[in-house]
Amino acid sequence: MTGELLSVEGLTKAYPGVIANDDVSFAIREGEVHALLGENGAGKSTLVKMIYGLVTPDSGTMTLHGAPYAPAEPRAARAAGVAMVFQHFSLFDAMSVAENVALGMEHPPALRDLATRIRDVSETYGLPLDPFRTVGDLSAGERQRVEIIRCLLQDPKLLIMDEPTSVLTPQEVDILFETLRKLTAEGVAILYISHKLEEIRTLCDHATILRLGKTVGTCIPRETSARAMAEMMVGSAFAAPARVGRNLGTVAIEVANLSMPAPSQFGTALENISFAVQEGEVLGIGGVAGNGQDELLAALSGEARAGAEAIRLKGDGIGRLGPSERRARGLLTAPEERLGHAAAPDMSLIENTVLTAAARENLMQNGFLKWGAAEAFARKIITAFDVRTPGPGTAARALSGGNLQKFVIGREVLQRPEVLVVNQPTWGVDAAAAAAIRQALLDLAANGAAVICISQDLDELMEISDRFCALNEGRLSEIRPAEGLSVEEIGLMMGGVHGMEVAHV
Amino acid sequence: MDFGSINPVLLLASLMVAATPILLAALGELVVERAGVLNLGVEGMMIIGAICGFAVAVNTGSPVLGFVAAAGGGALLSLLFALLTQFALANQVASGLALTLFGLGLSALLGQGYVGIKPPPVGKLDIPLLGDIPVLGPILFSHDLMVYFGLGLVLAIWAMLKYTRAGLVLRAVGENHDAAHALGYKVVRIRVLAILFGGACAGLGGAYISLIRVPQWTEGMTAGAGWIALALVVFASWKAGRVLLGAWIFGGVTVLQLNLQAAGIAIPVEYLSMSPYLITILVLVIMSADRSRAPASLGRIFHASQ
Repeated sequence: MTGELLSVEGLTKAYPGVIANDDVSFAIREGEVHALLGENGAGKSTLVKMIYGLVTPDSGTMTLHGAPYAPAEPRAARAAGVAMVFQHFSLFDAMSVAENVALGMEHPPALRDLATRIRDVSETYGLPLDPFRTVGDLSAGERQRVEIIRCLLQDPKLLIMDEPTSVLTPQEVDILFETLRKLTAEGVAILYISHKLEEIRTLCDHATILRLGKTVGTCIPRETSARAMAEMMVGSAFAAPARVGRNLGTVAIEVANLSMPAPSQFGTALENISFAVQEGEVLGIGGVAGNGQDELLAALSGEARAGAEAIRLKGDGIGRLGPSERRARGLLTAPEERLGHAAAPDMSLIENTVLTAAARENLMQNGFLKWGAAEAFARKIITAFDVRTPGPGTAARALSGGNLQKFVIGREVLQRPEVLVVNQPTWGVDAAAAAAIRQALLDLAANGAAVICISQDLDELMEISDRFCALNEGRLSEIRPAEGLSVEEIGLMMGGVHGMEVAHV
Repeated sequence: MDFGSINPVLLLASLMVAATPILLAALGELVVERAGVLNLGVEGMMIIGAICGFAVAVNTGSPVLGFVAAAGGGALLSLLFALLTQFALANQVASGLALTLFGLGLSALLGQGYVGIKPPPVGKLDIPLLGDIPVLGPILFSHDLMVYFGLGLVLAIWAMLKYTRAGLVLRAVGENHDAAHALGYKVVRIRVLAILFGGACAGLGGAYISLIRVPQWTEGMTAGAGWIALALVVFASWKAGRVLLGAWIFGGVTVLQLNLQAAGIAIPVEYLSMSPYLITILVLVIMSADRSRAPASLGRIFHASQ
């Protein structure tokens, strides 16, 4: 069980203008979970693409089971026993689960036999899945199961997982880890990429750390603190978010008995939501995804209209106003989905800046845009939030997820909001950048803004919130001071037991 | 008015003939669009097929060689579209429109010496016994080979898309080309092959008009059949069986309105002439109200990144 499965020696891959991987070496043993750590853009994705045969290295060698390994295409990698679960799922929405699985196999059996095998494997590994359902109707967790089962049906020796938990609820993460442990017990090696360091500490046996395309070290995650790993990734110590005093002012935003029907078949209705946030305060709203987070953000941003008095900004009823009017009054929002909701994918960062900042930053005059001012503001965001991009003229789509996240949060923070609502502000962002974003939110609050942070990352909420509450099926739990809240209490708030004592289920 | 002059048996028999050109062209376009490519050049490829087929049939005296040449001509023109959209990454809508205009012009040039000539006749299949059945015989069993080829193609494409691995991969490429690429499928190669197949089918449809339906060569003789084929694919929700149904409705109403015109019905001719288009689209719109939708990558340019 301790034989070396895959070793990588001096892999190098350069793209025009950037060396994605520079002389990278590491080894994975059979039956271990090996973590690959690094900031956004450290070269993790390029590295696993080379192992999976999607990208050909410029130089360097790989050895699999002691034999030279140089896959020309994914097909060859799969034949050699290397399988990959992609970060952005490589699934076909309009097709059934069985068809999707068949597409990932070299010699799939007839569809009916395949369906039986899918059922068998899904039961063995505790991943229930109906082979004949259409993939487009599945939840994120179920879709990931499709990908995993597709890999498992080929008896892989090495399973590559690129940020598998970023779209999963905590319960789904537990199920995934159970499955992965079963696999490693059978001798399968797992190469695991994630930004969630605590997860890596619970799951992984070894870790290799990449920085700017180079291997900078290895560690045993169980014996290393998350902070130490984060510092190895960044290459220097970075400050944990810290709060400088707290001066609560008057109530900045007040929501009273806000109810809204579900916007679509798959949406959640909001029921009787009430809260108030004071100037200088951070309210954290937790909860499992799909319990009304998107709907609450839409109601606050003005994308969905409520009754005039349901939402009051500094005492004025703004429930009927649209997003631009609310922005003009100082209520800014940053939604969760960065590509397509927070930013227009094919427009440049300058144009994306104009889209939300035109009014507050005076980027417009008599209907004409002031491109110079817009570019200056875009550059300001890029510098202040350390957005890694060739320049402000780059299309939003071309930025890595974490960098775009820094940009869309920075764009709102720098507009000096009086109330800022963010949803999943650090989703898919590496530790150092996440710390920077959290610090920016805290600084904003320290300067007298009210901040509402909707997130599924409980550690994040505990770190920055003054008060905490949870959304559950469109209802808001009791709001309690974040300090001193125990995990059990939080779990109960998320489970929807409103202010009751422990329910024994 | 004399409705008695309309013979329902002859009407149904000529429906099959009238439907065949758009059926062939639409089936080809169906495969192309299922692979995620929108080729608006169907009209151009049809008319090129019409003149290539006509010229070769006249010069060799063999309609079979004519149809082979038509398929080749259509495929060759579609290769131009494939080069533009799959390798030069040009916009598919603009390239398709250009292809139609280019095909119309080129066919007029090629066809200059062929106006007023009669092509060699295409024999009808005379199936003994079956062809002699009253009513059903003339409707179903006394056509030329291409009619049956078209029906066979409906079945073949339906089965290919539903049951074969090739069909699954083709649909996968049309559904999500990035994912298909990530899994190691050759997106560009599959799309080029689909485009060539679509071109060949459109060419056959065009030759059917010039060699059998009309039989003669006149400039611009496809008269919008390619556009109907395109519309048919969309309103048939990218399903082969519905394409056949749509083609039959269109062919049927076309033949019926001609018969009505001949019978001297008191409806202005203009209304009758537009009726096939209206009725076909109306029926298919109602049918496509279910959940089926376009291939998700349709018309999007694929650029293999890293």
